[in-house]
Amino acid sequence: MNEKMNEKMNEKMNEKMNEKMNEKMNEKMNEEDIKIEFKCINFWYNSKQILADVNLKIFSNKITALIGPSGCGKSTLLRCINRMNDLISISKIRGKIVYNQKNIYEEDTDVIGLRKKIGMVFQKPNPFPMSIFENVAYGLRIHNIKDENKIKQIVKESLEKADLWEEVKDRLNVSAFRLSGGQQQRLCIARALAVNPDVLLLDEPCSALDPLATTKIECLLKRLKDERTIVIVTHNMHQARRISDYTCYLLNGRIIEYSDTAEMFDNPKNKLTKDYINGEFG
Amino acid sequence: MVNELSKQNIYFIFFRTAAFLSVGVLLFILLYVFKEGVGVINLKFLVGMWSQGDITRGGIFPAIIGTIFLAIGVSVISIPLGVSTAVYLSEYAKENLFTRTIKLAIRNLAGVPSIVYGIFGLAFFVLLLNLGGSLIAASLTLGCMTLPWIITASEEALKSVPYSFREGSYALGATKWQTVKRNVLPNSFSGILTGSILGISRAVGETSPIILVGATFFMGYLPSSPFDKFMALPYHLFILATQHSSPYAREYALGTALVLIVLVFIFNSGVFVLRYKLRKKKEW
Repeated sequence: MNEKMNEKMNEKMNEKMNEKMNEKMNEKMNEEDIKIEFKCINFWYNSKQILADVNLKIFSNKITALIGPSGCGKSTLLRCINRMNDLISISKIRGKIVYNQKNIYEEDTDVIGLRKKIGMVFQKPNPFPMSIFENVAYGLRIHNIKDENKIKQIVKESLEKADLWEEVKDRLNVSAFRLSGGQQQRLCIARALAVNPDVLLLDEPCSALDPLATTKIECLLKRLKDERTIVIVTHNMHQARRISDYTCYLLNGRIIEYSDTAEMFDNPKNKLTKDYINGEFG
Repeated sequence: MVNELSKQNIYFIFFRTAAFLSVGVLLFILLYVFKEGVGVINLKFLVGMWSQGDITRGGIFPAIIGTIFLAIGVSVISIPLGVSTAVYLSEYAKENLFTRTIKLAIRNLAGVPSIVYGIFGLAFFVLLLNLGGSLIAASLTLGCMTLPWIITASEEALKSVPYSFREGSYALGATKWQTVKRNVLPNSFSGILTGSILGISRAVGETSPIILVGATFFMGYLPSSPFDKFMALPYHLFILATQHSSPYAREYALGTALVLIVLVFIFNSGVFVLRYKLRKKKEW
């Protein structure tokens, strides 16, 4: 009984929230350039609804953090942006995601081109079983860049941007599996950067790393946002607070609160957000 | 009450005995064949043409060549087809009732007795397609028999490539084929190779299907086209052991068996070396 009532209350709150979405976004948010916009996204695995009526604006050259408890749909939301969910045949999506003035779920969308523009880094570092150099060159080779000098040049730049060049420049031909976890994750970031994406999605990139490696990646992301838009899913609220400009709190597939990070953490408007941030959740 | 430590010891002894027993039996067979068969092995036996009347005057060269040709024929037919099928089933086909049924059917076909493939080959390749009893009919028949083994082994090898490799590749904007070609196949190649070769080795050791589709016991010449009949080591061995009247037949049968074992052994160790070289390159 109680659960049901809670659910109903949540629903009502959410309805109100959606209505007030624009109102609730603070002034600052209205002035930002919108990079990606979710318009009423609903998402199902089999018959289980994972995302419900998600409306979300992601701003250019900002870091947007998605936070929320396990299973709240934040990874799914992230994977909607580069259509990685397409790979799961039992999934179904309704709604629009607008990127470059175009709904990426139109039938004529070039998914390959989309994934080239929207790079992704996964939770567990997943370097390919090849050399460090070939890992970074992989994306270039699949996009038909044949000029070896150009490839060398881009690999070097990408590794530099990912803060890894100094550590690996003398052993580019060594297997990527020889690197430590943190180095592997930075390699994955370099690999994503090599194809020069416009947006970088990160799915809990630091959850398998120690604090030092985490700090390195956080600094790296802050630097990268000058050139690209970053969306990061994180379990770690301190991390969201440290690096993000905007934070979005998701619960049971719905957006509970979305605002400027400092405001969200200092002065959450929704009680549910407050509970979660203060660790009183569940 | 048996305490945990002695339970542990009992199981340890049990497993060790089982391991020694099975290895022992295999070793015994090998040694027996070697001891009994090595006497007849000489250059004439290996490279001489078969002499039907007085078997000591000839050798089993046509049977060796027949078996090698057969191995090549079966490989050419079943490896490309089998591996491609496995790639389709594991990478492209949607996971639904239909594909699941197909996969189950393939696994069942892997268990169908070889003589059934033989009778199919006789009816379809030899008679219906009018290929006659020939090397090509036998290769096709054994190829059909090997297909399910190769498909199953390759599918397992493909599945063992972590999903995260594929995911990483797709996320960079790779197409499915690029992902398969650059990531999945290179990383499952050694498994596919092993499965395929084991299948081929088993196939060339088969006797019953090839009797029906073109193997012959006596041939004074080597097959010169795929439509020729051929001699093969397993069938040769079978006739020598059961039907030949020569007093030397038993010894010659064991010699033939030894040659067959060595041939398969050479074949497998070649692949083993290749696989070792490939594996040195990969780490995960």
